[in-house]
Amino acid sequence: MLKVLRPAIVSLILLSVLTGLIYPAVVTGIVQVLFPRQANGSLILKDGRPVGSALIGQPFDDPKYFWGRPSATSPFPNNAGASTGSNLGPTNPDLQKAVQGRIDALRAADPGNTAPIPVDLVTASGSGLDPDISPAAALYQVRRVAKARGLAEEAVRRLVERHVEGRQFGILGEPRVNVLKLNLALDALKG
Amino acid sequence: MTANGILQLVLYVVVLLALAKPLGAYMARVYEGRPFGLDRVLGPLERLIYRLSGVRPDQEMSWKTYAIAMLLFNFAGLLVVYGLQRLQHVLPLNPQGLGAVSPDSSFNTAASFATNTNWQGYGGETTMSYLTQMLALTVQNFVSAAAGMATLVAFIRGLARRSAQTIGNFWVDLTRTTLYILGPLALILAVVLVSQGVVQIFGAYAKVNVVQQTSYDEPVTTPDGKPVLDEKGRPQTKKSALTEQVLAVGPAASQIAIKQLGTNGGGFFNVNSAHPFENATPLSNFLELLAILVISAALCYTFGVMVKDTRQGWAVLAAMTIVFVALLGVAAVSEQAGNPILAKLGIDQQASGLHSGGNMEGKEVRFGIANSALWATATTSASNGSVNSMHDSFTPLGGLVPMWLMQLGEVIYGGVGSGLYGMLVFAIIAVFIAGLMVGRTPEYLGKKIEAYEMKMSALVILIPPAVVLIGTAIAVVAVGGKATIFNPGAHGFSEVLYAFSSAGNNNGSAFAGLGANTPFYNTALGFAMLFARYWLAIPTLAIAGSLAQKKIVPASAGTLPTHTPLFVVLLIGTVILVGALTFFPALALGPIVEHLQMLAMK
Repeated sequence: MLKVLRPAIVSLILLSVLTGLIYPAVVTGIVQVLFPRQANGSLILKDGRPVGSALIGQPFDDPKYFWGRPSATSPFPNNAGASTGSNLGPTNPDLQKAVQGRIDALRAADPGNTAPIPVDLVTASGSGLDPDISPAAALYQVRRVAKARGLAEEAVRRLVERHVEGRQFGILGEPRVNVLKLNLALDALKG
Repeated sequence: MTANGILQLVLYVVVLLALAKPLGAYMARVYEGRPFGLDRVLGPLERLIYRLSGVRPDQEMSWKTYAIAMLLFNFAGLLVVYGLQRLQHVLPLNPQGLGAVSPDSSFNTAASFATNTNWQGYGGETTMSYLTQMLALTVQNFVSAAAGMATLVAFIRGLARRSAQTIGNFWVDLTRTTLYILGPLALILAVVLVSQGVVQIFGAYAKVNVVQQTSYDEPVTTPDGKPVLDEKGRPQTKKSALTEQVLAVGPAASQIAIKQLGTNGGGFFNVNSAHPFENATPLSNFLELLAILVISAALCYTFGVMVKDTRQGWAVLAAMTIVFVALLGVAAVSEQAGNPILAKLGIDQQASGLHSGGNMEGKEVRFGIANSALWATATTSASNGSVNSMHDSFTPLGGLVPMWLMQLGEVIYGGVGSGLYGMLVFAIIAVFIAGLMVGRTPEYLGKKIEAYEMKMSALVILIPPAVVLIGTAIAVVAVGGKATIFNPGAHGFSEVLYAFSSAGNNNGSAFAGLGANTPFYNTALGFAMLFARYWLAIPTLAIAGSLAQKKIVPASAGTLPTHTPLFVVLLIGTVILVGALTFFPALALGPIVEHLQMLAMK
């Protein structure tokens, strides 16, 4: 037993230093030189001040902005300090209630729009921080946003289409629209 | 499924299988001590580690010494992880000033990471300091994986050697795995992940001013942080303006790379690889997915090389891949079909060029249905347990797939090392069943399988189901077990069954609605993980020791060849039969009945 004890303790210490301190430090050193923007959270700057991260969704509920995925974080949506999904099961009545509430809010903000609502716009994202919505979910909101801003629907639609990111390398993932970037572009649009 | 969805799944399987041979051949060189290039660069470091820790690398061990070394090393690791969590508030690298982790949660996490389960009872960014993440969790991600791979290599040596008393040196296998396999792969993967947007920074959480100010109901608390209740006993809230967003960051990429490669799965953030800072783009998702299975798949080839018959390795890999692809299909189709209850509300769940449709609750837009179903299947095939979508919100059959893959014993690729040694034990059972049918003494790779090997194999097969089913049964009647079930009805039972399936097979994923960070679950699941890991590893090493001593019997007309399609079918049949017979009654009470209820609510 004692013959095994020394290697157990010493090799644990050595491997800990190697994999727990040196390895993360080396990775940090490399990426802070090669990819500093990404390593630090892909912050978006406006007039030199960070207004958000390109990868983290923000809460929007004003009709003149595009809304993102519903978020189940607490105590407020898109809490990037405490990520969580809703964990509601498919047959849980609370899921149905939550989805109905979001449908009602979307309909109330855009009366007369009878198009079916794309599913990603009324279901909570996995992280509670999803920065994207599907192109369908963005196009669904064009009418409301154009009206609220007094812009031509066509102009807003073109802006959405310019912000559609296709699949990576044409294959991976799904087409998507980054809501924060779209809304910043919208604010910059001269009506 | 959409055409692109199928294309993404096929691409994944093709790349995975294409990598099995080159990586497998490389690992065989590492374990057989043949030159492979990197040993020239890192050789001095390897020898320094041996010298300081008093290891004589040429001195081999009996199976008992090997097992004691492995257990002692894991136990020392468990103590360190526990201690670091309890003391993190007085240790450096804690910019958020997070407090000490509770004793039961610390025990759970220590057991979880030492056993390569990485059940996430804690909420990453709100609980663990940077030092704990690195020196406790990242370290165990490396060494618990390396210990699993070492155990496998010892087992293979037992099969390959004849009339031998020893099965290798644990310290050498552990060190070489870490230095030459896991270390370099993790370093490369971490850097590539950061290029996609995964964070790697030691500073404090970033603060930004949001674009649109919103208001929210802030819970009212007393000065010591307790919620204030109104006269009806509900927590009081007040309207507050939301002007800022705090972005949790940290040295994440370095941990994520190894948590994927080492089939660990414990996330840096609470929502694991659904978090955009943990899994930023479809490419990062593809690479993290690949990292889940690539070592386990490649080890099949390593096994073939080491027993000097690569067809044996391909046969095992084929059996794993067939089961994987079949269950992947079930998960993907179920999730794409969406939730009929929501369809009733007039929502568009039909896939088109403009959205992926399907059951999007708990999923991220950039991954969509195909990649979420693929991840859920891969992470539970391997005993990885990381997630990129919330399994609790999957459709009943979509959630049954990951649950059942765990219950099969984590042998469809499985954990690094542990998956293949589990599968090889199933192979022993398969030749035994075949031997019974024709009335011959069964043999595997020229080794006679006798009573001792069968007793040990039976232990390996029976312990996890016993832990899972008894644990679930206790939890659904105990007060502490029932108290934190989140979803009502059959789904609530599924949450508990999933938790014990995960802990009892060292997976680590969860139906995360279940409030598992309680003294009851932290303790019960902690012990489940310890049983499931070591009561399997020890009998496995015992088989290795016994087989190593045997002679090799030359194959004769009555020998069942173990590299043929017939054997692949026999092996799959054995795995499925054991898994189906053991768990069907429990599955019927959970996901199956929920599926029927869901159809009825349409």
